[in-house]
Amino acid sequence: MRHEHPHEHPHDHDHEHEHHPVTITLEQNLLAKNDLLAARNRGWLAGRGIQALNVMSSPGAGKTTLLVRTLTDLGAKLQAGVIEGDQETSLDADRIRAVGRPVIQINTGAGCHLDADMLQRGLDALDPQPGSTVFVENVGNLVCPALFDLGENAKVVIISVTEGDDKPQKYPHMFMAADLVIVNKSDLLPYVDFDVDDCLRQIRQINPRTDFLVLSATTGDGLAAWYDWLDGSTSRSDSLTESLSDAH
Amino acid sequence: MAGRSASMHELSITQSLVDAVLERTGERTVTGVNLRIGPLSGVLPDAMRFCFDIVSADTPLAGAQLKIDEPRGLARCRNCRTEFELNDPILLCPCGSADVEVLSGRELMVMSVEVA
Repeated sequence: MRHEHPHEHPHDHDHEHEHHPVTITLEQNLLAKNDLLAARNRGWLAGRGIQALNVMSSPGAGKTTLLVRTLTDLGAKLQAGVIEGDQETSLDADRIRAVGRPVIQINTGAGCHLDADMLQRGLDALDPQPGSTVFVENVGNLVCPALFDLGENAKVVIISVTEGDDKPQKYPHMFMAADLVIVNKSDLLPYVDFDVDDCLRQIRQINPRTDFLVLSATTGDGLAAWYDWLDGSTSRSDSLTESLSDAH
Repeated sequence: MAGRSASMHELSITQSLVDAVLERTGERTVTGVNLRIGPLSGVLPDAMRFCFDIVSADTPLAGAQLKIDEPRGLARCRNCRTEFELNDPILLCPCGSADVEVLSGRELMVMSVEVA
C-alpha cells in the first residue's frame, strides 16, 4: 500500500532498491473466458446442426410446464433433449423424464445461473443427436442468467401474467438479451392486472428486435405460434465461421 | 445491502477476475487491481467489492486495493444525432426515439494490476 499512485514505469532500474510496484496491463473483458467457451459451444452445435435454446424466467413462470407440453404435443416430430439447471433438486428433470425424453440435471448450488462451461458439460452428458433441438432450462432468475452467453442459438424469456407487467422495466438486461419473449398463463389475464400492450411497449423500448408471443402452456391457447417459432428458429443460428472468428 | 444479495452473478464474475489475474501474475503478490465497470454492464461495483474480499482470500490477491473506474454511459440517437447520457439500459433518446446506439457504458474489464 506504499505506492497508491498509478505507475507507468515498470522497469525503473535506477530505483531497484525502492521495490516500486510493477503495473501489468491486462485490458481483458471479465467475461472473456466464458465468452470463449460459449463460442466453442456455438461451433460445436453448429457443426452438428443442433439448435440450443436458452429458456429463462423467474421461478414459477412456467418454463418446465411449457417444455413438458411442447415435448408431449410435438412428440416424434421434434427430436429434443433438455438440460435442466436448478440450484438444488432434480424435480424439473423428473417431469421431463416422465415425457420420455433425455434430460441432464445440472445443480448450480449457490450459483444463480448456468455458464458456458456448465452447458459444455451438459452437452457432453446429453450427447444430443445431430439435427436435434436442446432446450436449456436456466436457473429461475431474471437477473444473473442474462449476462452469461452459453453459445445458444436463441434466448427465450418467459414472463407469466401473475408476475406483473412491469418486469421488462425492472429487469432490462434480461429483455435486452431476449430473441423471443413469451407471456405465459394468458388464461389468467381476466383475473389479474396485466396489460399485454403496455408490457410489449416496455419491451420494445429496451429491445426493438425481439419476437413476442402470448400463450397459455396450461390450456394450449397460443401454442401453435410457439411451435411455428420453434420450426423457424433453426435459421437464426449463427454461422460457424462467425463463431470461430469470435473465438479470437 | 439489497444490491449485494440480489446480484450473485458478481460472485462468479469476481471469480473470473481472480482467475484471469492469477493466470498472468502467478505467485506474485498483487497489490492493486484496476477495473472499469460501466453503468450498463449489469454489474454493481459495490457488489464486486464485496465479493472480491471473499474470492481473493487465501490467494496472492488477498488485500489488494480494488480501484474501479466507472465511466458514464453515452449514447447517440440515430434519429436526431444527439449524444446523451445513458445510465440505465432503457435506450430512449430525449427526442422520443428508441433507435439509439450505445457509445460507452457496457465496459466490464480488468484494465491492469500492480504486483509487488
